[in-house]
Amino acid sequence: MFAAAKLGADEAVAKRTHHTASGDEGSDGETERAPRTLRDKPAKSDRTTQPSTGKKRKGEKQAAEVPEDTKEPDEIQQRTAQAAKKYQRGGPSSTTTKVRSKRAQASLDHAKRRREEAAEEAARSEMLLTQDAGFLEAEGLERTYKFTQAQLAENLDLASAGKIFDLKLADFGPYALRYSDNGRHLLLGGRRGHLASIDWRSGRLGCELHVRETVRDVTWLHNESLFAAAQKKYVYIYDHTGAEVHCLQKHVEPTALGFLPFHFLLASTGMTGQVVFQDVTEGAVVGSHRPGLGPSHVLKVNPYNAVVHVGHGNGTVSLWAPKQGKPLARMLCHRGPVQAMAIDRSGTYMATSGLDGRVKVWDIRNFKPLHDYKTKQPAQALDISQRGLLAAGWGPHVSVWKDALSTRVDKPYMTQLLPGVSTSALQFVPYDDVLGVGHSQGLSSLVIPGAGEPNFDAYVANPYQTTKQRQESEVKSLLDKLAPDTIALDPTFIARLDPRSQAQKLRESAVAERERYAQDKEEGKYLDSSVRNKTKGRNSTAKRYLRKTQANVMDLKKLQALERVEREKQQREKAGDLPDEHKGALSMFYKDQR
Amino acid sequence: MKVKALSRSTADFTRETKSDIQILPRNVDPELHPLERAREYKRALNAAKVERMLAKPFIAGLSGHIDGIYSMAKNPWDLDRIVTGSGDGELRMWSLSSQETIWRAPEAHRGIVKGVCNIPGGDTDRFLSVGTDKMVKVWSRTESAVADDGVTPETVASYSGKHAFSGIDHHRRRPLFATSSSLVEVWDVERSEPIANLTWGADTINTVRMNQTEVNVLASCGTDRSIILYDLRTNSPLAKLLMTLSTNAISWNPMEAFMFATANEDHNIYTFDMRRMDHAVNVLRDHVSAVMDVDYSPTGQELVSASYDRTLRLWDVGTGHSRDIYHAKRMQRVFCAKYTQDNKYVLSGSDDGNLRLWRARASERVGIKSNRERATIEYADKLKDRFKYVPEVRKVLRHRNIPTSIKKASQTKQVMLQSRKRKEENRRKHEKDAKPRVPERKKAIIGTSSK
Repeated sequence: MFAAAKLGADEAVAKRTHHTASGDEGSDGETERAPRTLRDKPAKSDRTTQPSTGKKRKGEKQAAEVPEDTKEPDEIQQRTAQAAKKYQRGGPSSTTTKVRSKRAQASLDHAKRRREEAAEEAARSEMLLTQDAGFLEAEGLERTYKFTQAQLAENLDLASAGKIFDLKLADFGPYALRYSDNGRHLLLGGRRGHLASIDWRSGRLGCELHVRETVRDVTWLHNESLFAAAQKKYVYIYDHTGAEVHCLQKHVEPTALGFLPFHFLLASTGMTGQVVFQDVTEGAVVGSHRPGLGPSHVLKVNPYNAVVHVGHGNGTVSLWAPKQGKPLARMLCHRGPVQAMAIDRSGTYMATSGLDGRVKVWDIRNFKPLHDYKTKQPAQALDISQRGLLAAGWGPHVSVWKDALSTRVDKPYMTQLLPGVSTSALQFVPYDDVLGVGHSQGLSSLVIPGAGEPNFDAYVANPYQTTKQRQESEVKSLLDKLAPDTIALDPTFIARLDPRSQAQKLRESAVAERERYAQDKEEGKYLDSSVRNKTKGRNSTAKRYLRKTQANVMDLKKLQALERVEREKQQREKAGDLPDEHKGALSMFYKDQR
Repeated sequence: MKVKALSRSTADFTRETKSDIQILPRNVDPELHPLERAREYKRALNAAKVERMLAKPFIAGLSGHIDGIYSMAKNPWDLDRIVTGSGDGELRMWSLSSQETIWRAPEAHRGIVKGVCNIPGGDTDRFLSVGTDKMVKVWSRTESAVADDGVTPETVASYSGKHAFSGIDHHRRRPLFATSSSLVEVWDVERSEPIANLTWGADTINTVRMNQTEVNVLASCGTDRSIILYDLRTNSPLAKLLMTLSTNAISWNPMEAFMFATANEDHNIYTFDMRRMDHAVNVLRDHVSAVMDVDYSPTGQELVSASYDRTLRLWDVGTGHSRDIYHAKRMQRVFCAKYTQDNKYVLSGSDDGNLRLWRARASERVGIKSNRERATIEYADKLKDRFKYVPEVRKVLRHRNIPTSIKKASQTKQVMLQSRKRKEENRRKHEKDAKPRVPERKKAIIGTSSK
């Protein structure tokens, strides 16, 4: 926006058309927005817009001569304010309502101020980021999606061109692949039993082994010293030398694996359809759920909230947390089995592909469909890069879309044909502009400029990690290991104030209890009270309870008792009162009571 | 075609030699740091646990006195020296750094040493003591030669009074000191007789404390449940405050000269603003027996109190409950407690004759800390503060192992107070002309008057 505001009007139009052609509507929107924000301001901003619009009106010569540096601070401030939004914790400031206590109000105001300051500081720290993202731009009649990797290699620097390569492993394919969190190590799992880990940039082989049975999926655990493979019957864990460490027999016939790095949970789904969560530090199975929808082959972890998304054969995607027996959500995504899935790192978008030949983009904050794309063949693999590029592998083709999540695009950003193969897995390398493609003939590494996050945080994932640092971060992350019940759709629920009043909480829990009771009753868990042989008088345990407890205390138990008394009363009324001679102690001797 | 792909040079991100620092770039983009709140919560919980794990407040028990310690004085000019007086009339001077007695006077007084105080100034090591033997004695470690161990050294000077003394305090600047007995007397060191007698009412005075900042003001508390303020300029009392139970000790706030804290027989500590004594500024309630002594930290933000329930409690002056409780298996009734002048330690003298040295913050450790260590501690403190209201964290932070007797007593007391409150509320509900509610800060105050 900063740059766009300086463009001339004609240039801006030119840029817009150019971007639409290349399918870049995101930045197009920004070029449109830029003058508008400036125009909103009266008088002073009018002067500052002058040089930026490029149209010089008569008699406004001195306005055009306003020195550059007078507008700079204003724009920098605007830019910082805009950037600060990205860093705002706890959403928009929630303390607009006044509280009664002055001291509490002061501390709230203080906290709010500190939050805003922190966001601004963070925004300002962007200046310190050293790396810029990669890009690919077409000139003239060129189109970015026409460029082949060979053409790219000619124009790239040597180091980047070296990242374009193929591994020919025709015997044991198709291959599943997984890059480690820092993007340095590559794990390969050939369907016919080949497992290999490679430091792929240097080409150094970590370990290589053949397990002599089917390998359906592989994943790294918390770092490159351990990895798991979904094999024919069970999940196996291997160490960096390739020695088998564990056999996890709770995962039966697994097909897809996922790892939750902050919870140290290994999630799997398989031919039985069961979703199993196992803690890899202590070995406990912390959750095992049966969606009851047959075998499933797709499982992805949402990096934003650590919820596990599982794709099923009937076209639904269900969302699982280890401690909830029922799915957090179920989405009907396709008319046909779900083939592949990808979730972006902000937890906003999910892309799915189905056998119905569609790739759909979903907003998983509200489970709504955003865009629907058609592919010529059903996409077998999907992935979303750190900067939001969507890659799909269908047959021998790999296509990458830019801005396909937030907007609908017509043309891909890049495409690549891998003749004679069928893609089975895709993954963008974290913090790099590389896409790894696993296929029937081995692995292809493609350079996709603009895919990876340019600036890594060494405390999160460091591609240049030393052994000591790895050991230290392992200890730190084990200390910070999260309990499985911290997984929920909204990860900020922890330590959040419950704004409901005590009374409201009680009411709501009473309602929930009532609903549960009604449901249980419907399911026949309780004996019908009319069937029960009740010989006593009108006194009831509920009434006695009410008599014995303190009058002014209302709690859940009391509410239930009150309700029960009311119910009993209604039942009595419904049954109709008995005639006088049928009342009293001797009533049992009367033959007919009604 | 314009193209650029990410390509980092390894040299930019790795150190050249082992002596270089590691290159660790940061990026604060929230998307790179998922589950931030859950992780910080977990760290806060860990920090709270570590704090409780490291909470070892007891440093040393200094033994030597045969009888209980009933008076204690710290020296604002010397962090190391502490003087204590015991029930058998013995005086001891301790070095806290070497944790030993460096000077003693076995028969300083006949009967209990009721009070000791230092003569201010960096150039003198003289201090005063009073006892039930009606004597005020001036001592000095350097001047009172010790002939032999076990022999009482000579006094520098002594003054004899008419009554058994109960307390003493020295003026901050002038060569004056005040003693309490059945009245408050002001002495000039040059004279053998008191220069002023201050009285208001006629009963035994428990203790007297001079304000070290507003130097002309002194306060005393008596067994007639009164707290009296005096002015040295007019040699007359200023104001009197009558409470429901008597006060055992007074401490002036070193930072806010008009504030003082009182240790009351009714288990509570009251802080007062001497300008408005119709209500207490704060009521600190947690002890389950009479509070015997109270002392402000040099920052004026914290308090330490000694109680007859055999415990020591530490308080933030702004809150109503203690932040920590210290007890030891063999510690008997605690009669005096002091905050050291570096704000880091707490001293207690108890009936069992031991002087005990405690950390003011149980989990804090002394010593020079590296930047990293300090940053970690600050981060942990911030996290604990941020998550202190979360039940799991609060539970860990508030957990204390306390003696069963104290726990039982506090439970009983709780029940008692609640039933008293309930009764009052019931009365208020059903009586015709119910009295209005009295704020807790006014409850213990019977009345005030000024001259």
